[in-house]
Amino acid sequence: MTSSASLDLKLYGVLIAVAVLVPLFAPNYIQTVAVMWLMILMAMTWDITGGQMGYNSLGNVVFFGIGMYASAIVQISQFSDVADYTASFGAIVVDFTPGQYFTGLGLGLAAGGIAAAIFALLIGPAMLGLRGPYFAIGTLGLAIAVAELVSGWEYVGGGGGISMPVYPGPPAAGPFTFYILLGLLTLAAHLFVRWLYSTQFGLAINAIRDDEDKAEAMGIHTNRYKTIAWAVAAFFMGVGGAIFGNMSGFIEPLEVAFPTTTFGIFMVAMALLGGKGTLWGPVLGAVLFHIVKQVTWTYLLGWQWVALGAIIIINIVYFQQGILGWAQDKWPEAFGLTVDRGGAARPAAGEAAE
Amino acid sequence: MTGETANVIEVRGVSKSYGGVQANTDISIDVPDGMITGLIGPNGSGKTTLFNSIVGYHPIDSGSIRFQGKEISKLRVPDIARLGMLRTFQQTRIYSKMNCMDNMQISVSHRDTSPFAIFALRDRGEIVEEAERLLEFVGLYEKRFLISGDLSFGQQKLLEFAMALMNRPKVLLLDEPTAGINPTLINGLIDRLKRANEELGVTLFVIEHNMRVIMNLAGKISCLAHGELLATGTPDELQNDPRVVDAYLGAH
Repeated sequence: MTSSASLDLKLYGVLIAVAVLVPLFAPNYIQTVAVMWLMILMAMTWDITGGQMGYNSLGNVVFFGIGMYASAIVQISQFSDVADYTASFGAIVVDFTPGQYFTGLGLGLAAGGIAAAIFALLIGPAMLGLRGPYFAIGTLGLAIAVAELVSGWEYVGGGGGISMPVYPGPPAAGPFTFYILLGLLTLAAHLFVRWLYSTQFGLAINAIRDDEDKAEAMGIHTNRYKTIAWAVAAFFMGVGGAIFGNMSGFIEPLEVAFPTTTFGIFMVAMALLGGKGTLWGPVLGAVLFHIVKQVTWTYLLGWQWVALGAIIIINIVYFQQGILGWAQDKWPEAFGLTVDRGGAARPAAGEAAE
Repeated sequence: MTGETANVIEVRGVSKSYGGVQANTDISIDVPDGMITGLIGPNGSGKTTLFNSIVGYHPIDSGSIRFQGKEISKLRVPDIARLGMLRTFQQTRIYSKMNCMDNMQISVSHRDTSPFAIFALRDRGEIVEEAERLLEFVGLYEKRFLISGDLSFGQQKLLEFAMALMNRPKVLLLDEPTAGINPTLINGLIDRLKRANEELGVTLFVIEHNMRVIMNLAGKISCLAHGELLATGTPDELQNDPRVVDAYLGAH
């Protein structure tokens, strides 16, 4: 496994290099690369249940929105009653000292992750009893239902939304801070997920994906694993939502917090494109998807949805296993899937003929 | 055999129906500790239904099932598995997208319920050694890094058997272990089943259609027909029991 570890190290190096070079040489792209970090995070955490565990959620965006709203409530309640603040429609504006702002932000991010994870732990046992398409439709319904509930909740401003606290400091500093935060969160999430897949936990959720009834028959605590896996995804989505809410400056339920038809679907499409159930597939898928999305938005305006739809169709019809899955089928030896005839791993002559 | 051995499984008066079909009627069977017990009968006689009842796959209509003296007929599948009673499936079930080593490593016993056990690293030395030893035991060592779904059907059956042993069960219920296996490999499989029983101390309860296999393997055999227990006895007794010959073995 040392070769895959050194490959991982190189890929982390590439990502960190991109993260450092963009602000230095292409500062105009900070916002869009920040969104790319978020999309990597979404694809990767979706893949914990979707790819590795076989539970294709269409509603993971619900955790994103819950995290966003939890952070908003925590940050605003630092200086004002939340109901008064939302009722005043922006009349209450507070100038923060950096100390106050960052304390609130830190608490808000933690609250976002924790609230989303708790929500997953509470609703997981019921939702994860659904299998296959029923789980997909159930989670989609969950995300839409929560969005509607938040839209009608006057305490958080209902459909009118909330203005987030204003970033203290020069205008360019805010985007840069959120760029760094999203990058660090995505890196931390990837390292965590990589560790998680190296434990018995990773094998257990793979076993649930391949044959859940068999896993039960072997005594695996399937419900426990499923709920924890979803809660891990929820935690990172919640923190991501909290950061994105602050980055946007203004949040409202349908377009920003619970965008089921954009981010909610993108995260699935990206993981499928790169190769679901692999460590780096969702990352690759998210980067490619985001590049195509940005390029078509810029140069093919009006056709951007057609282009994204075409990618999804080609992906589903011609290579369902995604780019990395396809590569693994084509070059199995490169992924360690070989007949071991001796002790040392040597390429067998018969393999190439196959 | 001795007749004095404690029974690890005691089935008493178990009935189970699916809609209008009475799959099991008032069946009572003992599985003695440390032995190999066989279960035979024509297709549709209720053998697999009885297995499913024992491992908790579905609730029974009436009767009692005890495992090591403990009533288990109300427990669910994973709970029973964690007590140390596992089954293999007639249609072999493995984790088909994982390689053989991963299949083995996730099949360790899940009796340790401490919250941190689930985050133990997977490639721990003792687990890897045990997995390799058991794959060697069933003759799949060289294929251990292949995706298990790519193995032949017979190899998948062997893998499923090795996975069950990895769990160190007290009792293993095998549903037609030799079905679909190349006849020349069957002798090797019989030998491995016997060794698992003798060396690892696993009590076996085996459904089998291959008479040569079951007569060779089991110390005690029960025969079902039409969902009812027809007879129980040693292989010799059953072979000479006119009811069994009539219902199943066929007159030669």
